[in-house]
Amino acid sequence: MNIDLLLLTILLACSLWAVLTRSLLMSAIALASVSIILTLLMFRLDAPIAAVFELSVCAGLITVIFVSTISLTKPITRVELKQQTKARIKRYWYLPVIVFALAGLLGFFMVFPEVPSLAALPDLDVKDVLWKLRQTDILGQIVIILAGVFGVVVLLKEKMNHDGE
Amino acid sequence: MSVLFVLVPLLLVMILNACCKKTMSIVASWLAGLYFLYQAGICVFWKSVWPINNLILFNFDIDALSLLMMLSIAIVAFSSLCVGLSTITESRKKFNFINLLLISVAGMNGVVMVRDLFSLYVFLEVTAVSSFILIALNKEIKDSLEGSFKYFVMSAIATVLMLSSIALLLMFAGDTSFESVRDAVQGTNNFYAVLAVGLFMGGLFIKGGLIPFHGWLPDAYSSAPAGVSVLLAGIVTKTTGIYTLIRVVSEIFGFNETIKSILLLLGIISIFVGAFAALLQTDFKRMLAYSSISQVGYIVLALGTGTGLGIAGAIFHLFNHSIFKTQLFVNSAAVEKQTGTTEMGRYGGLSNSMPVTGWTSVIAFLSTAGIPPFSGFWSKLIIIVALWTAGYHTYAALAILGSLITLAYFLYMQRRVFFGKSDKNSGIKEASIGLLIPAIILALITIGVGVFFPYLVDTIIVPISSIF
Amino acid sequence: MMVNDSSTLFWVFGIFVVLVAVCGFYCIIVTRNFIRTLIGVELLTKAVTLLIVVCGYVSGRAVISQSLAITVIVVEDVIIAVAAGIVFGIFKNIGSLNVTKMRNLKG
Repeated sequence: MNIDLLLLTILLACSLWAVLTRSLLMSAIALASVSIILTLLMFRLDAPIAAVFELSVCAGLITVIFVSTISLTKPITRVELKQQTKARIKRYWYLPVIVFALAGLLGFFMVFPEVPSLAALPDLDVKDVLWKLRQTDILGQIVIILAGVFGVVVLLKEKMNHDGE
Repeated sequence: MSVLFVLVPLLLVMILNACCKKTMSIVASWLAGLYFLYQAGICVFWKSVWPINNLILFNFDIDALSLLMMLSIAIVAFSSLCVGLSTITESRKKFNFINLLLISVAGMNGVVMVRDLFSLYVFLEVTAVSSFILIALNKEIKDSLEGSFKYFVMSAIATVLMLSSIALLLMFAGDTSFESVRDAVQGTNNFYAVLAVGLFMGGLFIKGGLIPFHGWLPDAYSSAPAGVSVLLAGIVTKTTGIYTLIRVVSEIFGFNETIKSILLLLGIISIFVGAFAALLQTDFKRMLAYSSISQVGYIVLALGTGTGLGIAGAIFHLFNHSIFKTQLFVNSAAVEKQTGTTEMGRYGGLSNSMPVTGWTSVIAFLSTAGIPPFSGFWSKLIIIVALWTAGYHTYAALAILGSLITLAYFLYMQRRVFFGKSDKNSGIKEASIGLLIPAIILALITIGVGVFFPYLVDTIIVPISSIF
Repeated sequence: MMVNDSSTLFWVFGIFVVLVAVCGFYCIIVTRNFIRTLIGVELLTKAVTLLIVVCGYVSGRAVISQSLAITVIVVEDVIIAVAAGIVFGIFKNIGSLNVTKMRNLKG
C-alpha cells in the first residue's frame, strides 16, 4: 500500500512537471516518465501484459513521435522565450493550487461509498482464452491501425513530394 | 455473416492499395460506388435475400434499427462519393478520399452492429480517426486544419468521458456487454451506476453536438471539403452521437425521470439556440450546420419522452434528417463549385441558372420545416403527437413553435439564395452530372417516403417500435 | 477486511486518477502551443488507462480489464499519431505553433 502511494505521488509530480515546464522537450520526457511509473503501477495491479504494452508503445513510440514533431518544428527565439515566460507563469500558477486543493478536498471527504463486490468469475487461466471473447475489439484494432497508417501517409506525404521536387 | 459489413470495405481498401496504382485509381470509384449501392440494396431487401446463418465468431448482431442505420449510411456514403469525385481535382487526393471513405463506412457499420460497450468505443474511434483525416484532406486551406484539430480535441475529451464510464461499469457489472450492464444498472440508485451513466451520456452529448457541447460542430462542418461535409453532416454525427444515445438509453440505462428531463431540456434548448444561431449566419455551410444542431434537438426531444411512439419518431426523424441534410449539403457543394464561394451575400437568383439544384433544395427545405407531403412532415408529426400523449404539453407547443421558426428562416434563405435578383449570377451554369445524380436520388427518396408513408408504417415504424 | 481494503485502494487510486485528469484538462484549456495540447490529451488517456486497470483489479476481473487496457493503448496511440500529423500540417501551413494564430473560425 505504501509503495502504491509513493508511486502515485511520483506519477502526479511527473504529470505536473509535464504541464508546467517551459521547454517542450522536457515535457515529452516527463510524459515518458509518467508512462514508466504507470507501467510499474500496472505490474502491481495484476496487469503485466498491459504494462509491457504501455512501456513499449507509450514510453517508446509516442515519445519518438513527440520528439520528432518537436524537432521538425522551428523553435522560438530566445527573446520571445523570455517574453513568454512571464505570461506563462501568470496563466499556469493556478494548476498546482487547484491540484492540491482538490487533493485535500477529496482526501478529507472520507465518505467512501462501498465498492460493490461481484460474484467471482471462474478463473480463465490463459489470456488466449480471453481473446476468443474479445474478437470484435481485435477487428476494430486492425481497422484503426489501417486508418492510422493511411492518415499519416495522407497528412505527411504530400509535403515531402513538394520538398523533393 | 454480419461481420461482412465491416470486413468487405476493409478488404476493398486492402485490394485497392495492394495492386498497381494506375488501374486501381480508375477502378476505385466504381468499386466503392457499387459497394454502397449493394449495401443499400441488402438493407432494403433484407428478409428475402439474406439467409440468416449463425457464424458466432464475432459479436455482431443486426436488428431493425441497425438495418435502418446501415441503409442511411449507404445512401449518404454514396452521395458523398459522388460529390467528392466531382469536386476534388487531383487524382491522388481522390484515391485517398475513396479509401478513407471506405474505412469510415466500415467503422460506422461496426458501430451500429456491436453488442458490447467497449467494442462500441473502438468503432467510434475508427470513425473519428477517419473523420479527422478526411476534414484535413485539403491541407493547404488553413481552416480545414483548424476545424480538424478542434474536432480532435473535443472528440478526445468525449472519448475519455466514455472510457471512464466503461471502467466504472466494468467494476459495477463485471462485463461490458449490453445485457450485463443492463441487468446491473437498471433500477438501481448506486453512486457508481449514476456516475457512470452521467459520464457516458456527457461523452455522447459532446459527440452528437448538442448545445452546450457543440463548439466543434460548425467549424468542422464548414471548413471541411465539400464531399466530407456531406459525409459528416449526413451520417457521422448521427451515428456516433445520436444513434448511440438512442441505443444506450433505450436498451441499457432505461428511462428514469432524471434522464428523461435532461434529454427533454437539452433537446428543446438545442432546437431554439440552433434555429436562432442559424438566422444570424452569413455563410451557407455554417447556417446548415446550425440547422443540423436544431434538428438533432428534435430527435433528442422525442427520445426524452420515453414512450415507444417517441422513440420510433426519433429514429424516423434521424433517417429523414440524414436524407434531407445530405441533400442540402450536396446542393451547397454544387453552388460552391459553380460560384466559387460560400458567402450567402454573393448568391441570389441561382434557380434561373441552376434549376435542378434550386428545386431539389426547395424540396429539402420544405421537408426540414415539416411541410406535407414530404417525409419531414410525418416524422415531426409523430414527434409532436408523442410529446402530447406523454403529457408534455408545453414541450409540444414549444416544438411546434420551433418548427415555425425553422420554416420562416428556411423560406427566407431559399428566397435569398435561389430566387430573387439574378444580375450578378447570370453566367452560372448548372452543376455537373456527378452532383446532380445524388441530389435527384435524395429528392426522390424524400418525396417517396413522404407520399407513401401510410404504406410504409408497417414496414418501418412497427418493427422498430416493437424492439423497445 | 477485504471489502474495506479494496474500497480504500480504489478511492486512493481514484483520487490520483482525477488529479492527473485535471492536470491534463487544464493543460488542454490553457496552453498556447499545439504540441502541449497533445500532451494534455496524452495525460488524460493515461489517467483513464490507470482507471480501467484499477477497476479490473478491485472487482476481480483483472484479465478482462487487462485486454481492455491493451486495446485502449493501441487505439489511443494511433489517434495521437494522426493528431501529430495534423499538428505537423498546421506548422507547415502557418509556420508557427501558436494557438492564437489559429482562432479564425468562431464556434
